[in-house]
Amino acid sequence: MSFINYAAREINCKLVYYGPGLCGKTTNLQHIYKRVDPGAKGKLISLATETERTLFFDFLPLELGTIRGFKTRFHLYTVPGQIFYEASRKLILKGADGVVFVADSQIERVEANIQSLADMRQHLGDQGIDPDKIPLVLQYNKRDLPNVTPIDELQKALNPRNLPWFEAVASQGIGVFETLKAIAKVVMQELQKKT
Amino acid sequence: MRPIADLVIYEEDLSRINACLSALQRKARSAAILLIDTSGQLIASAGATDGLDTTPLASLAAGSIAAAGALAQLLGEKEFSFVFYDGERKRLHLSLIGSRAILLVLLDQNSAVALVRLQVKKFSREMEDIFTELSRRPNSGAEGKSSPSKPAIGEITDDDVENLFGKG
Repeated sequence: MSFINYAAREINCKLVYYGPGLCGKTTNLQHIYKRVDPGAKGKLISLATETERTLFFDFLPLELGTIRGFKTRFHLYTVPGQIFYEASRKLILKGADGVVFVADSQIERVEANIQSLADMRQHLGDQGIDPDKIPLVLQYNKRDLPNVTPIDELQKALNPRNLPWFEAVASQGIGVFETLKAIAKVVMQELQKKT
Repeated sequence: MRPIADLVIYEEDLSRINACLSALQRKARSAAILLIDTSGQLIASAGATDGLDTTPLASLAAGSIAAAGALAQLLGEKEFSFVFYDGERKRLHLSLIGSRAILLVLLDQNSAVALVRLQVKKFSREMEDIFTELSRRPNSGAEGKSSPSKPAIGEITDDDVENLFGKG
Protein backbone atom coordinates (compact mmCIF):
# COMPACT_ATOMS: atom_id res chain seq x y z
CA MET A 1 0.00 0.00 0.00
CA SER A 2 1.71 3.16 -1.11
CA PHE A 3 1.27 6.32 0.91
CA ILE A 4 1.35 9.58 -1.00
CA ASN A 5 1.55 12.68 1.15
CA TYR A 6 0.87 15.66 -1.09
CA ALA A 7 1.19 18.05 1.85
CA ALA A 8 4.77 16.97 2.58
CA ARG A 9 5.39 15.96 -1.07
CA GLU A 10 6.39 12.42 -0.12
CA ILE A 11 5.88 9.00 -1.65
CA ASN A 12 6.32 5.99 0.64
CA CYS A 13 6.46 2.41 -0.60
CA LYS A 14 6.83 -0.89 1.24
CA LEU A 15 9.01 -3.57 -0.38
CA VAL A 16 9.20 -7.06 1.10
CA TYR A 17 12.00 -9.59 0.55
CA TYR A 18 10.46 -13.05 0.71
CA GLY A 19 11.96 -16.51 0.32
CA PRO A 20 12.87 -19.77 2.08
CA GLY A 21 15.09 -19.96 5.16
CA LEU A 22 18.76 -19.03 4.62
CA CYS A 23 18.18 -17.88 1.02
CA GLY A 24 19.87 -14.52 1.67
CA LYS A 25 17.08 -12.02 2.33
CA THR A 26 18.82 -10.40 5.29
CA THR A 27 22.13 -10.48 3.39
CA ASN A 28 20.50 -8.39 0.64
CA LEU A 29 19.45 -5.75 3.16
CA GLN A 30 22.83 -5.80 4.89
CA HIS A 31 24.60 -5.15 1.60
CA ILE A 32 22.21 -2.31 0.71
CA TYR A 33 22.75 -0.80 4.16
CA LYS A 34 26.53 -1.01 3.72
CA ARG A 35 26.55 0.62 0.30
CA VAL A 36 23.97 3.42 0.60
CA ASP A 37 25.16 6.89 1.70
CA PRO A 38 24.59 7.55 5.42
CA GLY A 39 22.24 10.44 4.65
CA ALA A 40 19.97 8.27 2.54
CA LYS A 41 19.28 5.50 5.02
CA GLY A 42 17.90 4.99 8.48
CA LYS A 43 18.89 2.33 11.00
CA LEU A 44 18.84 -1.30 9.92
CA ILE A 45 16.58 -2.95 12.46
CA SER A 46 16.92 -6.72 12.79
CA LEU A 47 14.60 -8.66 15.05
CA ALA A 48 16.68 -11.81 15.13
CA THR A 49 17.35 -14.80 17.36
CA GLU A 50 20.62 -15.26 19.25
CA THR A 51 21.89 -17.26 16.30
CA GLU A 52 21.15 -14.38 13.93
CA ARG A 53 18.20 -16.03 12.25
CA THR A 54 15.41 -13.57 11.50
CA LEU A 55 12.75 -13.88 14.19
CA PHE A 56 10.17 -11.34 13.03
CA PHE A 57 11.59 -9.04 10.36
CA ASP A 58 14.48 -6.83 9.26
CA PHE A 59 13.67 -3.25 8.37
CA LEU A 60 15.67 -0.73 6.40
CA PRO A 61 14.26 2.67 5.43
CA LEU A 62 15.80 4.32 2.37
CA GLU A 63 15.27 7.91 1.29
CA LEU A 64 17.24 8.09 -1.91
CA GLY A 65 16.11 11.39 -3.40
CA THR A 66 13.19 13.00 -5.18
CA ILE A 67 11.09 12.12 -8.21
CA ARG A 68 9.15 15.02 -9.73
CA GLY A 69 9.68 16.98 -6.52
CA PHE A 70 8.38 14.16 -4.29
CA LYS A 71 10.72 12.69 -1.67
CA THR A 72 10.72 8.98 -2.46
CA ARG A 73 11.05 6.55 0.40
CA PHE A 74 11.36 2.81 0.18
CA HIS A 75 10.81 0.80 3.34
CA LEU A 76 12.55 -2.55 2.92
CA TYR A 77 11.41 -5.53 4.98
CA THR A 78 12.44 -9.16 5.11
CA VAL A 79 10.29 -11.99 6.39
CA PRO A 80 11.59 -14.81 8.61
CA GLY A 81 12.24 -17.74 6.30
CA GLN A 82 12.04 -20.63 8.72
CA ILE A 83 8.90 -22.72 8.21
CA PHE A 84 7.48 -22.30 11.72
CA TYR A 85 7.37 -18.48 11.45
CA GLU A 86 4.50 -18.64 8.98
CA ALA A 87 2.24 -16.37 11.05
CA SER A 88 4.90 -13.65 11.11
CA ARG A 89 5.48 -13.84 7.36
CA LYS A 90 1.81 -13.23 6.74
CA LEU A 91 1.79 -10.11 8.94
CA ILE A 92 4.76 -8.55 7.18
CA LEU A 93 3.15 -8.81 3.76
CA LYS A 94 0.36 -6.51 4.94
CA GLY A 95 0.32 -3.37 2.82
CA ALA A 96 3.24 -4.48 0.63
CA ASP A 97 3.65 -2.54 -2.62
CA GLY A 98 6.16 -4.94 -4.12
CA VAL A 99 7.90 -8.23 -3.37
CA VAL A 100 11.36 -9.54 -4.15
CA PHE A 101 11.32 -13.33 -4.09
CA VAL A 102 14.82 -14.49 -3.18
CA ALA A 103 15.36 -18.07 -4.31
CA ASP A 104 18.21 -20.26 -3.07
CA SER A 105 19.87 -21.63 -6.23
CA GLN A 106 21.24 -24.78 -4.59
CA ILE A 107 19.83 -28.01 -6.05
CA GLU A 108 18.69 -29.29 -2.67
CA ARG A 109 16.62 -26.11 -2.09
CA VAL A 110 14.42 -26.34 -5.18
CA GLU A 111 11.47 -27.75 -3.26
CA ALA A 112 11.91 -25.19 -0.47
CA ASN A 113 11.78 -22.41 -3.07
CA ILE A 114 8.60 -23.81 -4.65
CA GLN A 115 6.98 -24.24 -1.25
CA SER A 116 7.94 -20.73 -0.19
CA LEU A 117 6.56 -19.18 -3.38
CA ALA A 118 3.26 -21.02 -2.92
CA ASP A 119 3.19 -19.90 0.71
CA MET A 120 3.80 -16.29 -0.39
CA ARG A 121 0.95 -16.38 -2.91
CA GLN A 122 -1.38 -17.78 -0.25
CA HIS A 123 -0.43 -15.11 2.30
CA LEU A 124 -0.72 -12.28 -0.22
CA GLY A 125 -4.22 -13.49 -1.00
CA ASP A 126 -5.01 -13.62 2.72
CA GLN A 127 -3.97 -9.96 2.96
CA GLY A 128 -6.30 -9.02 0.12
CA ILE A 129 -3.43 -8.61 -2.36
CA ASP A 130 -3.72 -10.29 -5.77
CA PRO A 131 -0.52 -12.38 -6.10
CA ASP A 132 -0.72 -12.10 -9.90
CA LYS A 133 -0.91 -8.31 -9.83
CA ILE A 134 1.49 -7.19 -7.12
CA PRO A 135 4.88 -6.05 -8.51
CA LEU A 136 7.21 -9.03 -8.18
CA VAL A 137 10.86 -9.55 -9.06
CA LEU A 138 12.82 -12.77 -8.60
CA GLN A 139 16.42 -13.09 -7.49
CA TYR A 140 18.30 -16.35 -7.96
CA ASN A 141 20.84 -16.11 -5.19
CA LYS A 142 24.00 -18.06 -4.31
CA ARG A 143 25.05 -18.46 -7.95
CA ASP A 144 28.68 -18.80 -6.80
CA LEU A 145 28.08 -22.21 -5.20
CA PRO A 146 29.07 -25.36 -7.12
CA ASN A 147 25.77 -27.25 -6.81
CA VAL A 148 23.32 -24.79 -8.33
CA THR A 149 20.20 -25.49 -10.37
CA PRO A 150 20.47 -24.25 -13.97
CA ILE A 151 18.66 -20.95 -14.54
CA ASP A 152 16.22 -22.37 -17.10
CA GLU A 153 15.06 -24.96 -14.57
CA LEU A 154 14.60 -22.30 -11.90
CA GLN A 155 12.67 -20.20 -14.39
CA LYS A 156 10.37 -23.12 -15.21
CA ALA A 157 9.77 -23.92 -11.57
CA LEU A 158 9.44 -20.40 -10.16
CA ASN A 159 8.87 -17.88 -12.91
CA PRO A 160 6.39 -19.14 -15.51
CA ARG A 161 5.21 -15.55 -16.16
CA ASN A 162 8.78 -14.51 -16.99
CA LEU A 163 8.81 -11.63 -14.54
CA PRO A 164 12.06 -9.67 -14.13
CA TRP A 165 14.73 -11.90 -12.59
CA PHE A 166 18.38 -11.55 -11.58
CA GLU A 167 21.25 -13.83 -10.75
CA ALA A 168 22.92 -12.85 -7.51
CA VAL A 169 25.61 -13.55 -4.98
CA ALA A 170 24.21 -11.36 -2.22
CA SER A 171 27.13 -12.11 0.12
CA GLN A 172 29.38 -10.34 -2.41
CA GLY A 173 26.81 -7.74 -3.38
CA ILE A 174 26.40 -9.16 -6.88
CA GLY A 175 22.91 -8.57 -8.24
CA VAL A 176 21.65 -6.89 -5.08
CA PHE A 177 21.16 -3.35 -6.40
CA GLU A 178 20.01 -4.59 -9.81
CA THR A 179 17.20 -6.44 -8.04
CA LEU A 180 16.30 -3.45 -5.86
CA LYS A 181 16.24 -1.07 -8.82
CA ALA A 182 14.04 -3.47 -10.78
CA ILE A 183 11.42 -3.80 -8.05
CA ALA A 184 11.53 -0.03 -7.44
CA LYS A 185 10.82 0.58 -11.13
CA VAL A 186 7.86 -1.80 -11.27
CA VAL A 187 6.42 -0.38 -8.05
CA MET A 188 6.73 3.21 -9.30
CA GLN A 189 5.07 2.25 -12.59
CA GLU A 190 2.17 0.76 -10.64
CA LEU A 191 1.94 3.82 -8.42
CA GLN A 192 1.80 6.07 -11.44
CA LYS A 193 -1.11 4.08 -12.86
CA LYS A 194 -3.02 4.62 -9.63
CA THR A 195 -2.42 8.36 -9.39
CA MET B 1 -9.42 -9.99 4.23
CA ARG B 2 -10.05 -6.66 2.54
CA PRO B 3 -7.04 -5.13 0.81
CA ILE B 4 -5.56 -1.95 2.24
CA ALA B 5 -6.25 0.83 -0.23
CA ASP B 6 -3.52 3.29 -1.09
CA LEU B 7 -3.45 6.24 1.23
CA VAL B 8 -3.40 9.70 -0.31
CA ILE B 9 -3.21 12.71 1.97
CA TYR B 10 -3.57 16.33 0.92
CA GLU B 11 -2.71 19.56 2.71
CA GLU B 12 -6.20 19.98 4.18
CA ASP B 13 -6.28 16.35 5.42
CA LEU B 14 -2.95 16.78 7.15
CA SER B 15 -4.13 20.02 8.81
CA ARG B 16 -7.15 18.21 10.26
CA ILE B 17 -5.06 15.26 11.39
CA ASN B 18 -2.39 17.49 12.93
CA ALA B 19 -5.01 19.55 14.78
CA CYS B 20 -6.53 16.36 16.16
CA LEU B 21 -3.16 14.91 17.21
CA SER B 22 -2.04 18.16 18.87
CA ALA B 23 -5.28 18.39 20.85
CA LEU B 24 -4.91 14.76 21.97
CA GLN B 25 -1.27 15.26 22.93
CA ARG B 26 -2.16 18.32 25.01
CA LYS B 27 -5.25 16.86 26.69
CA ALA B 28 -3.60 13.50 27.40
CA ARG B 29 -0.49 15.32 28.71
CA SER B 30 1.65 12.93 26.74
CA ALA B 31 5.20 13.54 25.57
CA ALA B 32 4.58 12.74 21.92
CA ILE B 33 2.13 11.08 19.58
CA LEU B 34 2.68 9.30 16.27
CA LEU B 35 -0.05 8.36 13.83
CA ILE B 36 1.09 5.34 11.83
CA ASP B 37 -0.38 3.43 8.94
CA THR B 38 -0.96 -0.26 9.77
CA SER B 39 1.68 -1.19 7.18
CA GLY B 40 4.25 0.73 9.27
CA GLN B 41 4.54 4.14 7.65
CA LEU B 42 4.44 7.33 9.68
CA ILE B 43 1.53 9.59 8.72
CA ALA B 44 1.80 12.46 11.21
CA SER B 45 3.11 13.33 14.65
CA ALA B 46 2.69 15.80 17.50
CA GLY B 47 4.62 16.80 20.62
CA ALA B 48 8.30 16.32 21.39
CA THR B 49 9.38 14.17 18.45
CA ASP B 50 12.73 15.85 17.74
CA GLY B 51 14.79 13.30 19.65
CA LEU B 52 12.83 10.33 18.34
CA ASP B 53 13.83 8.14 15.40
CA THR B 54 10.26 8.04 14.15
CA THR B 55 10.72 5.81 11.08
CA PRO B 56 11.78 2.61 12.91
CA LEU B 57 9.44 3.49 15.78
CA ALA B 58 6.56 3.47 13.29
CA SER B 59 7.68 0.21 11.72
CA LEU B 60 8.15 -1.58 15.04
CA ALA B 61 4.85 -0.26 16.42
CA ALA B 62 3.05 -1.65 13.36
CA GLY B 63 4.82 -4.98 13.87
CA SER B 64 3.82 -5.00 17.53
CA ILE B 65 0.16 -4.23 16.79
CA ALA B 66 0.10 -6.84 14.01
CA ALA B 67 1.54 -9.45 16.37
CA ALA B 68 -0.98 -8.52 19.07
CA GLY B 69 -3.81 -8.91 16.55
CA ALA B 70 -2.57 -12.33 15.51
CA LEU B 71 -2.21 -13.38 19.17
CA ALA B 72 -5.78 -12.23 19.83
CA GLN B 73 -7.11 -14.31 16.97
CA LEU B 74 -5.24 -17.38 18.19
CA LEU B 75 -6.98 -16.91 21.53
CA GLY B 76 -10.40 -16.46 19.96
CA GLU B 77 -10.50 -12.70 20.52
CA LYS B 78 -11.43 -10.26 17.74
CA GLU B 79 -8.54 -8.02 18.74
CA PHE B 80 -6.66 -6.60 21.72
CA SER B 81 -7.72 -2.98 21.90
CA PHE B 82 -4.31 -1.67 22.98
CA VAL B 83 -0.74 -2.68 23.71
CA PHE B 84 1.15 -1.12 26.58
CA TYR B 85 4.90 -1.06 27.22
CA ASP B 86 6.04 0.00 30.68
CA GLY B 87 9.62 1.17 31.10
CA GLU B 88 11.42 2.88 33.98
CA ARG B 89 11.09 6.37 32.52
CA LYS B 90 8.99 5.96 29.44
CA ARG B 91 5.85 4.12 28.54
CA LEU B 92 4.18 3.43 25.22
CA HIS B 93 0.48 3.08 24.53
CA LEU B 94 -0.36 1.61 21.13
CA SER B 95 -3.91 1.37 19.85
CA LEU B 96 -5.71 0.77 16.58
CA ILE B 97 -7.77 3.44 14.86
CA GLY B 98 -10.32 1.35 12.99
CA SER B 99 -8.44 -1.05 10.78
CA ARG B 100 -6.34 1.57 9.08
CA ALA B 101 -4.06 3.37 11.50
CA ILE B 102 -2.19 3.03 14.77
CA LEU B 103 -1.89 5.65 17.45
CA LEU B 104 1.39 5.56 19.36
CA VAL B 105 1.32 7.66 22.53
CA LEU B 106 4.63 8.19 24.31
CA LEU B 107 4.17 8.85 28.01
CA ASP B 108 6.78 10.36 30.28
CA GLN B 109 6.89 10.84 34.05
CA ASN B 110 4.28 13.61 33.86
CA SER B 111 1.69 11.51 32.06
CA ALA B 112 -1.12 9.51 33.68
CA VAL B 113 -2.08 6.24 31.98
CA ALA B 114 -5.77 6.55 32.84
CA LEU B 115 -5.93 10.03 31.31
CA VAL B 116 -4.17 8.82 28.18
CA ARG B 117 -6.56 5.89 27.77
CA LEU B 118 -9.59 8.13 28.25
CA GLN B 119 -8.43 10.72 25.72
CA VAL B 120 -7.26 8.11 23.21
CA LYS B 121 -10.74 6.55 23.24
CA LYS B 122 -12.32 9.95 22.67
CA PHE B 123 -10.00 11.03 19.87
CA SER B 124 -9.97 7.63 18.19
CA ARG B 125 -13.56 8.18 17.07
CA GLU B 126 -12.65 11.51 15.51
CA MET B 127 -9.63 9.99 13.79
CA GLU B 128 -11.67 7.07 12.55
CA ASP B 129 -14.12 9.52 10.95
CA ILE B 130 -11.24 11.23 9.14
CA PHE B 131 -9.93 7.91 7.81
CA THR B 132 -13.41 6.81 6.74
CA GLU B 133 -13.65 10.00 4.66
CA LEU B 134 -10.19 9.46 3.21
CA SER B 135 -10.97 5.88 2.24
CA ARG B 136 -14.19 6.93 0.47
CA ARG B 137 -12.48 9.56 -1.62
CA PRO B 138 -11.07 8.39 -4.95
CA ASN B 139 -7.35 8.94 -5.43
CA SER B 140 -7.36 12.20 -7.30
CA GLY B 141 -3.73 13.06 -7.94
CA ALA B 142 -3.81 13.06 -11.72
CA GLU B 143 -7.54 12.66 -12.13
CA GLY B 144 -8.48 15.75 -10.17
CA LYS B 145 -7.43 19.26 -10.96
CA SER B 146 -3.83 19.99 -10.09
CA SER B 147 -3.43 22.76 -7.53
CA PRO B 148 -0.69 23.87 -5.11
CA SER B 149 -2.02 21.40 -2.54
CA LYS B 150 -2.82 18.67 -5.10
CA PRO B 151 0.05 18.68 -7.58
CA ALA B 152 -0.02 15.81 -10.06
CA ILE B 153 3.08 13.61 -9.74
CA GLY B 154 3.40 13.36 -13.52
CA GLU B 155 5.08 10.66 -15.54
CA ILE B 156 7.66 8.57 -13.69
CA THR B 157 10.24 7.04 -15.99
CA ASP B 158 12.76 4.25 -15.41
CA ASP B 159 15.46 6.93 -15.61
CA ASP B 160 13.86 8.77 -12.68
CA VAL B 161 14.24 5.60 -10.60
CA GLU B 162 17.78 4.97 -11.93
CA ASN B 163 18.73 8.50 -10.88
CA LEU B 164 17.60 7.80 -7.32
CA PHE B 165 20.25 5.14 -7.05
CA GLY B 166 23.01 7.13 -8.75
CA LYS B 167 25.95 4.95 -9.58
CA GLY B 168 25.10 2.58 -6.69
